[in-house]
Order: sequence, then C-alpha cells, then structure tokens
Amino acid sequence: MTKKEQVLLEKPDVKKAEDVEKKAGTVEVFIMGKSYKVPAGLTIMKALEYAGYRYIRGCGCRAGFCGACSTIYRIEDEQKLGFDLACQKVVEDKMYLVQLPFVPAAKVEYDIDKLEPKESTILEIYPEIARCVSCNTCTKSCPQDIEVMKYIQRAVRGEIAKCAEISFDCIQCGLCAMRCPADIKHYHVSQLARRLRGKYIDPKSKNLAKRLKEVENGKYNDDIEKLMKMDKEKIMKLYSDRELEAEKALDLGGD
Amino acid sequence: MIDGYPDYMMESIKLVEEKRERNMSTEAKSMSMEEREKILKKYHPDYMENTKRKLRVGVDKGKLLYSGLVDLLEAKPVVDPKDVDLSKIDYDVDVLIIGGGGAGTVASLFAYESGVPLDRILIATKLRHGDANSMMAQGGIQAADSPGDSPALHYLDIYGGGHFANKPELARALALDALKIINWHERLGVMYDREDDGEFMELSGGGTCRNRLHSAKDYTGMEIMRNIRDTARNLEIPVLEFCPIVELLTDDKGQVAGGIAFNMETYEYHVIKAKATVLATGGSGRLHLSDYPTTNHYGATGDGLIMAYHAGANLLDLDTIQIHPTGDAYPEPIVGILSTEKLRGQGAVPLNKNGDPFVFPLEPRDVEAATFIRECKEGRGIVTPTGMPGVWLDTPMIDIKHGEGTLESKFAYEARKFRRFDIDVTKHPILVYPTLHYQNGGVEINEKCETRIPGLFGAGEVTGGVHGKNRLMGNSLLDYNVFGRRAGIYTAQYVKKAKVGKITLKHLDKYNKMLEQTNIKTTKKAPILLPEYRGEMAISRALDIF
Repeated sequence: MTKKEQVLLEKPDVKKAEDVEKKAGTVEVFIMGKSYKVPAGLTIMKALEYAGYRYIRGCGCRAGFCGACSTIYRIEDEQKLGFDLACQKVVEDKMYLVQLPFVPAAKVEYDIDKLEPKESTILEIYPEIARCVSCNTCTKSCPQDIEVMKYIQRAVRGEIAKCAEISFDCIQCGLCAMRCPADIKHYHVSQLARRLRGKYIDPKSKNLAKRLKEVENGKYNDDIEKLMKMDKEKIMKLYSDRELEAEKALDLGGD
Repeated sequence: MIDGYPDYMMESIKLVEEKRERNMSTEAKSMSMEEREKILKKYHPDYMENTKRKLRVGVDKGKLLYSGLVDLLEAKPVVDPKDVDLSKIDYDVDVLIIGGGGAGTVASLFAYESGVPLDRILIATKLRHGDANSMMAQGGIQAADSPGDSPALHYLDIYGGGHFANKPELARALALDALKIINWHERLGVMYDREDDGEFMELSGGGTCRNRLHSAKDYTGMEIMRNIRDTARNLEIPVLEFCPIVELLTDDKGQVAGGIAFNMETYEYHVIKAKATVLATGGSGRLHLSDYPTTNHYGATGDGLIMAYHAGANLLDLDTIQIHPTGDAYPEPIVGILSTEKLRGQGAVPLNKNGDPFVFPLEPRDVEAATFIRECKEGRGIVTPTGMPGVWLDTPMIDIKHGEGTLESKFAYEARKFRRFDIDVTKHPILVYPTLHYQNGGVEINEKCETRIPGLFGAGEVTGGVHGKNRLMGNSLLDYNVFGRRAGIYTAQYVKKAKVGKITLKHLDKYNKMLEQTNIKTTKKAPILLPEYRGEMAISRALDIF
C-alpha cells in the first residue's frame, strides 16, 4: 500500500477546488437561468452547493428516499424537459436547473379504520382519477421510473392490491401530480391503496398474534428479569455461546 | 458519465467471479468475543486515540466524547437571550414535540390517543414533516415473533451487541414492546413482506441469533414512515415545518417548559410554551465525526444533544459512533450512501480484491466494519480512481441463492441506485466501505422516556442507553416506534398534573458564564441546524466525493 493510500485512510485529504476542477474538468450549468461552472461528476445537489447555494428547501435525505429534491431540467438546444432527483442525478453540460420547493396537491383526510377495501373505495375518495386521459405524462415524469399511469388505471378499476404493488417504490416527490392535466394526485391515491392493502387485503401473521398475547400475559417477564440481574461474566458467556440461526443456514449453503 | 467499472476494477471482479462458487459453499464462522475485541481495538475509530477528547463544561464535564461533538458542546449557545421576547407567547401547548421524524410523529399519535387534544399538541421540525433518517432505513425492524425465537433472546442480542453497556430496562422495553409495534403497524396498513400464509418473511441481521427482521423490500423505513405520517395528516396533528427548535425554555422551578423555534425562512423566533417537551431530533451523522462520510439525512446535526445539554440533561455513550460496514465506495456521486445490511442477510458475502472472503458476513456492525478497514489498510482493498478505498460485496450471490429476480424485487432501491451508473447488481458486485450511520448514545432517558430534567422527555436516535455502545440492525426503526409511543403515553399522563412556572432562558446565561469561567475561547455557535457544504466544502472530504 502506498503512502498516499495510507494517508487517505488515516485522515482524509482536504482538496482544493482548483485541484478537483483540474482533475475532473468542469461543466456549465444554469441554476434558475444563471450560469455557473462546476466540477463534472457532481450530483445536481452538490453542484448547487458548489456554486454557493445553501439548501433550506429542496434537500432532504440526499440518498433517493424522501422526494424533497425533485428537479426539472432541460439541456440547452433541446425541447424536452427532464425530471429527476437532485441528489441522484449527475450534472451534464449546459443543463438548465430548477427545483420544486413544495407541491401544493390536495390530500383527502380519511379514517383508515372506517374504510372498506371495496372496488369503489379509492374512486369515492379520489374521484378525479376517473378523469385520467391516458397521456402517460405522470409515468414520464417519475424519477423512480414507476408505471404511474398504469397504477392509476388499476385504481380506477378498483384493483387495490395491484395499484399498491406497482406504486410501492413511490417516494412521494409529487412530480406526477404537478404534471397531470387532469389534476390527479397520484402519490396520494397510491398511498391510500397501499394502506388499504396492508391493512385489509394481505393476510395477517398468526405467530405475531400468539406471541403478542404471550407477552401481554407476562410470559417472558421472568426470563428477561433473570438476564437483567445476571452478573456480567455469566451473561457474557451465555451471549457468546448462543447458537446463530444465520450461521447454521450458511453452513448448509442456503436457506 | 459514469459507465460501469473501470478496467482495473473489472480485473478484480474476474477473481470474484472465478471464486464465487467456492465462496458460496465455504463455511463461515462468527468470531469469538476475544477475536472481536482484538479487531475493534486495532481498527475501529471508537478505539483510536485521536478521535475523542474530554468535555470541559456542564454535567458531563470530564467525559470523553467524539471531538466534533465536544466542539459543539463547548460552543456558545446560538440564541442570545436578549433577542427573544418571552413576554409574547406564540404557541401555548401541552406537548411540544421537537422533530417531525419517526419518533416525533409516533409520539404525537400516542399523545393524542392518550387524551391530549389535537390543538394542545405541536410538532416543530427543521425541514418537512417526515424528513428524517427514519424515512431512509432500508433493512428492516426486529421483533421476536417466530416460534423458535423469544423476546429474551432478542434482549440478549441487544445487550451483547451493545457491549453490555445498555441500560437493561431500556433494552427490555425494546424487546418486549416490539410485538405491540408490529401489531400496530399491521393495523395502520404497513405492507410488510410476507409468506403466502401471512407470516412475515423473517431475515437475519448482524449480531442477531434468530432471523427476526421484518422488512418491506429495501424501503422498510419509508413504508413505515409513510403510514405513520399519513395517519398524522389524517388527524391534522399540528406541524410547524422549517421551524427547528434552537433552544429549550426553562422555568423558575427548574423544569423544561417548551422551546424557541426559529423560522428558517423568515428569520423569526417563535416562543413555544409547553407543559411537556419531547426531544425527538434524531442523530448527528452530518457532523461527519472522525471525518467519515455519512448515510444520514441533511438535518442530522445533533441539535437535540446540544440544547438538552444547555438545559442540564446528561449524555450517555457518545464516545462511540456507528460506522455501517457497507457504505457505497463507488461511483463517487453515491459515496457514503447506504447499501443495506439485508444484502448480507440474504447471502451476499464481503470479499477482498483477490476475491477471498475475510469475515463472517453477519457480525455486529462495529466488528464487521473493522474487518473492512483492516482489509483496506493491509492492502487487500480496491482503491477507486479518486482515492476511495473499498471491498467487494458480492451481490450476484443473492439471485443465485434465492432465484433470479430476487434482487430486482426485494432490493428495488439498490438495483435502481446502481442502474443509474450502469452497474447491474445482479451481474457484478458493489464496492463498499464503512460510513457514519448512527449515533449510538445520546440524552439519557428512563423507561418512561424521562430525562433528568422535569418536563423534558426524549425518544429515538437522540437518546442514549437503549443500544449501549453499538446498535444492531433492525433496532433503530424499532427504537423510534417503541420509545416514540412511550413518550406519547407518558407525556399525556405527565401534563395532567404539570404546572409551568415563569418561563426563562436563564440556563443559557448560566451556560455562557460556565464557558467563560472555564476559559474556553470559541467562535463557534451551536446548535448548527444545517451542515455547511457551500463552495469548496461541497468537495472538502476526500472520502465524500473525490
């Protein structure tokens, strides 16, 4: 291992901007129309920060889960708009960028305990889904590549479980709803479908119900109490002697 | 554009491929306690000499903590009491919840269910409601519900994994309440992965003796949080977004009595008076302790630790951090982001650059991570074109073991993340290196989520004692649910009798005086609310990007 690698592991090097720019090269981006030069290879999110922006809105988990950083972009000389997450998408040269600070789509309030998973349930709560004109703009604007239009059509047909399945990876960024000509709030619709499925359609665990009853009857209280009072040496031995289910599975070469 | 792996990395991948069959049938054994101890001492940052220093002020004076935290605890409180008009109360509530992530939202739901009226509850949060590490957890949540398991075994795993430093009564609450929580989730509508008969698919996690991990693909945290937040929205639980609490309020009786919110968009302070205050601010990965990149959310800056400490609460186990073994090391745009432990739970084996296995894939996280660092330090890691070291995690093994399509269906997030860079996780391994993931310790609480200051409760990652010196996989989602619920229930009981006296910020004057007397000279102010990544800071960490 070279000395340089060791240094990297011990304490990361603080790189200067010029070094990075020289090494990676730069691209020109237009942040809300203004031109900035940023190192190539940065995500849109890091590029904005490099240019001097500090996020309050438009930034959340920075890893593709929260939907806070939905971005609309266009490459110079192209007509088409692109949609993506600033934390996941890498900048390209001549990219025009803007982020959505907020999505004003209406959500219906309901009591999930009082609903029934009927064919008409979703349609009754979100009747506007019947106005879908099948333009597929929602699907094209989804940064997760979810078949958004397909799950809306499943919802229209009352196929709750299928709607829930197709929509499962939705991060609720709202880009679909912002683009829809029929004012459908796709991400709220699918949230309802998933809850209906999870609560009413998927079969429930009998093992859980049984164990919960045992716990409520105090079946494990003494066992745990004993462990809590055990002297350290004894519990350490008990811990290191315990049999690992995963180890057994690996021994067998599979599950 | 990044397009798959460069040639020299492909050469190493060839070795991985050649030895795959052998590696899949090799017996893997976990380490003994002595072996674990040895490797941790040599390679884990918790045991390094230059990572920590002694705190010089406050109730925990003399304690050894990570230096980045000490810097903030020894900084001046960000609020100058002179700037706040306490004669004007903007919100007067029974329960103020600081943080709109998992713990805070669950606390609000159970405070309401336990009798606190909606308009007497207020969540104040830094970003949007639900912007939190809770949303990002991939792997799953533990609960001992399968026939061969028991809450006592879960307890033993929690306690041993935490190096026997946990508060036993908190570990007990975690193991026993787990069943209630999963049952509650079933009623909310969380879509857990199940077998055809409705039983949960139970997976193994590092340091767990039974397979008890419940998951929803590799979006488990998101699926749980979506349900919880939707429930809160349906009830219209009041939430102030982009209004982090920056300091707590105290009263003349020595109680915590609410907090000062700072509207980050209008730069106004809001005075929030409350009979009970729940600290649910989450973790501190964005402090990049020990210079690690992090998996954490943008807002994870440890604010709760700082403001609670200013008010006199004590801290536990902040001499440890959790580095997660499998942070992404390649390509650069995703360095530090998490690849879930569930990948190893489902059979992916860590391999060095020669394609050889070097560790049981499911050691507790600290031990597993230490072996990754060892491999890289001893020259058996791969170094990326931009200097980031890493070892392979052989993801294709999962499809071979469980059938084609498993990765695509059970690891939709991972497959999607790498597909953006033309890396197919079903065909090629991914490169990983430890990344800062979890704040093991924090503000000490008891079983009722009470801190040592009357009126101040805590739940979730901001608290200390539940996980001791190291948290196990699947216990953080569980933690925020178990203790969020308890915080809601016990604050509801507490506010029935609580009486708030005259509100003050005198504890800040006292803290400032303490800093002066200790002769600490600092230009820093805390809490910091957001990390600084502008300009060169966007690329300042070699490990972070370049």
